[in-house]
Amino acid sequence: MTALTSDLYTLLPELILAVGAMALLLVGAVRGEGSSKLISILSVLLIAASAYVSMVGPDATAFHGAFVVDAFVRFTKAVILWSSAACVLLAQRFFEDEKKSRFEIPILIVLATCGMSLMVSASNFIALYMALELQSLALFVLAAIDRDSLRSTEAGLKYFVLGALSSGMMLYGITLIYGFTGTTDFLAIAGIVKASGVSLGLTFGLVFLIAGLAFKISAVPFHMWTPDVYEGAPTPITAYFATAAKVAAFALILRAILTPFMGAIHQWQQIIVFLSVLSMALGAFAAIGQTNIKRLMAYSSIGHMGYALLGLAAGTPLGVRGMLFYLAFYALTNLGVFACIQAMRRDGEAVEGIADLAGLARTRPAMAFALAAMMLSLSGLPPLAGILAKAYVFLAAIQAHLYFVAIFGVLTSVVGAYYYLRIVKVMYFDDPAPAFDRDIGWSVGIIATVATLFSLFFVVNAGTLISAAGTAAQVFFK
Amino acid sequence: MSHLPLLSIVTFLPLVGVLFIVLTRGDEAAAARNARWVALITTIADLAVALYIWSRFDGSTAAFQFVEKLDWLGVGIFYHMGVDGISVLFLVLTAGLMPFCILASWDSIKTRVPEYMIAFLILETLMMGVFTALDLILFYVFFEGGLIPMFLIIGVWGGARRVYASFKFFLYTLLGSVLMLLAILWMYLFAGTTDIDTLIHTAHFPVEMQGFLWFAFLASFAVKMPMWPVHTWLPDAHVEAPTAGSVILAAILLKMGGYGFLRFSLPMFASASHTYAPVIFALSIMAIIYTSFVALAQEDVKKLIAYSSVAHMGFVTMGIFTLTHQGIEGGIYQMLSHGVVSGALFLCVGVIYDRMHTREIAAYGGLVARMPIYAACFMVFTLANVGLPGTGGFVGEFLTMLGAFRVNTWVAILSATGAILSAAYMLYLYWRVIFGKLVKPSLMAIQDLTLREFAILAPLVIITILMGVYPKPIFDVTHASVANLVKQAQGSSPVYANHPPPAHGTTALALLPREARR
Repeated sequence: MTALTSDLYTLLPELILAVGAMALLLVGAVRGEGSSKLISILSVLLIAASAYVSMVGPDATAFHGAFVVDAFVRFTKAVILWSSAACVLLAQRFFEDEKKSRFEIPILIVLATCGMSLMVSASNFIALYMALELQSLALFVLAAIDRDSLRSTEAGLKYFVLGALSSGMMLYGITLIYGFTGTTDFLAIAGIVKASGVSLGLTFGLVFLIAGLAFKISAVPFHMWTPDVYEGAPTPITAYFATAAKVAAFALILRAILTPFMGAIHQWQQIIVFLSVLSMALGAFAAIGQTNIKRLMAYSSIGHMGYALLGLAAGTPLGVRGMLFYLAFYALTNLGVFACIQAMRRDGEAVEGIADLAGLARTRPAMAFALAAMMLSLSGLPPLAGILAKAYVFLAAIQAHLYFVAIFGVLTSVVGAYYYLRIVKVMYFDDPAPAFDRDIGWSVGIIATVATLFSLFFVVNAGTLISAAGTAAQVFFK
Repeated sequence: MSHLPLLSIVTFLPLVGVLFIVLTRGDEAAAARNARWVALITTIADLAVALYIWSRFDGSTAAFQFVEKLDWLGVGIFYHMGVDGISVLFLVLTAGLMPFCILASWDSIKTRVPEYMIAFLILETLMMGVFTALDLILFYVFFEGGLIPMFLIIGVWGGARRVYASFKFFLYTLLGSVLMLLAILWMYLFAGTTDIDTLIHTAHFPVEMQGFLWFAFLASFAVKMPMWPVHTWLPDAHVEAPTAGSVILAAILLKMGGYGFLRFSLPMFASASHTYAPVIFALSIMAIIYTSFVALAQEDVKKLIAYSSVAHMGFVTMGIFTLTHQGIEGGIYQMLSHGVVSGALFLCVGVIYDRMHTREIAAYGGLVARMPIYAACFMVFTLANVGLPGTGGFVGEFLTMLGAFRVNTWVAILSATGAILSAAYMLYLYWRVIFGKLVKPSLMAIQDLTLREFAILAPLVIITILMGVYPKPIFDVTHASVANLVKQAQGSSPVYANHPPPAHGTTALALLPREARR
């Protein structure tokens, strides 16, 4: 095998997605709007094929070290790809209900997923930036896909403007890093940092890089776009932003900070702690007053990003493990929650108010139970899955002597518990509102069920996922 | 020893009942009837298993028994179950009260009965787990998990201010517990395991670390107990909870705090427990005296009993932190008897609440004329709550005070005033509700206990009196474990060196006269 074919072979999961998306685009162009269901199903199959290929592939590097495959990549790709597949299914059903089916939607999701997949593997700032832009461009379009809706268009525009700003900041940081090290390769930078320390210019570059990345994961104070975009974008697209996109951005931030700048932990640790503390606090307090459930989930996700960042702040194998585990828990639970939100339809119209959930325990007991279990899991209550995710992150924080941050974190989680409980209260204590439509679709039902079962029974056999996350985390600490 | 995983069975058996309730279909009335019977049968079966465990329990050793140990979350975190002389009786108490709770809710809960029974059965599993878990993480999962069903029980089937009370209960308790979670994680990092048995026997936490850990655990257990000044959630929760919810709260959830002190604070942080014991004494005395006065001023029956619970828990914490054999054994006894007595008192309140739908003391008076059997039962529990000799309340209160005497005379004297105050508020309550002239027109037609209510209260009367006159079966079980605990707790303090724990085989009661003087 020549170098090129072996490189392309390493890239196979992404090639499947990219080439497949083009093929599906042709199918759509030929068969017209009526083909969106077929294309959705084919998209899910594509993503599944890509997931399978990336799972069984060996460790490798390609394109002169710009693209790597390792245990970390496999772990995060699994989370991203399966979340994406679920979102395609959710979107298919949602837009069918809305009578706005378009064959471009699954294809755009596949393209964005391809970008995410590349992001996870990128080990060079140029590759990183290209992958990120591929993802972002598809996401901007997806946010505004409901083009007759004012809110959706506004969300798309906001996301685009702020996304472009953050990309600009990041790019500026990358140029500084390049200027002060003479390379964009992660490993080469790591060698320079190790040999000659961090110069002032490099620190500046690092700060801009982190600021740009913080936009993508919506860490405070770079979170402003999140509530508006979450609320404005169509529900399954919001689910996609909240799960796959967040996990991919986190994977990016992990590799882009840990691999090149492990030797500069004292420079970035404080910044990450700062982002983490602010995110935890804002996520907890700002969510209290929300009346729209998608907006509430936006603030909830800001808070969760804060907890996950705590793992990065620790900068230890335990921390990365906790963070990966947290992201997997977060993505799966959020998928279930958004599936439930998508099932909130009354007389054919989607509703999003928290008050619309009133008395759900009596009108739709199973859905109320599922949503309650996932909400309590997100708030970090045992015996549900969330407590282990939180515990492993705090474990890392304590090990890294970030005692006050950990204490602050658990205290904000108590504040956060209030708004999750409020949802449970509305569903269980209040008098029933008119019932939701009964037909929610099999895909929505399955996703919500799987996420609920995960929340309930994960604690019984958590060891497997934790050790997988542990193996993935080791990649950065060889 | 049996090879059956008895503790897992006793813990998870209620979930089988949940499964049955979930799987049955039918119209509302049939589903409700079915749920009641399934819950009752499940809890009785669970009680039978718990009693079997008690009967097979070997009281001559302090080691953990009926141990089950499986790998759970990777390195050093196990699914580890086991009971010793301290925990096995709480297991029996929990299992013993559950059927009464189900029976007490038989007619008074009319809406969403299957959900109610499911919540109670899940709660039972979680409570059992607290007392059987021998791994810190496992313990935490059960300990915190209990909040969810209790939150729903108060919030869905509670009184007028149920939402406020349920949130207050939940957030208060959670706030205390999250600090304990951090402490648990810190201990895990230090010792490499969360196995309680290993931690007790091999981990020696540095003194300054013990201080932090001790306070973190205190934050959780003090709220749960509840100790003054973090007790304010309890009266609200009690007042709004349905009768059976109040029973479980008072009888079992409050005991988890005391159990936690015995299981963790004393053996693992012995030096901190010794150093900070005066803090506990001060808080206990405040609880005993201050909340007794508060109880005296209450207009609401449930609130009065709730405040009396806080005062009684003051005796428990005081007894435990004397770190003496009598004090600890008294604390355990007090918890057990208070579990029965306060549970029974709330059941008594439930009886009249079901008839009159008010908890205002002023709405009652002269009940003895129409309800003589009720008055008699209520009297036994009132006197037991006062701590009258011959009832279960006396033994524990006396032993804790005795333990206090050995450590600090002032603590003992001040706590003794609590015994007087408890007589004042309980007898005042009894007088206002039961005696006096039956003049209120609404009470003229009130009926005495039904057969079901009598079947609930009569066994509790018998148990209360039995616990007062024949405490031996309980001390037989606790003795070895408590002696061992005292040894662990005093290992680091020279103060107690000349007061060795009583010789094995004698009950604490037998030693009273000789050991009382210091």
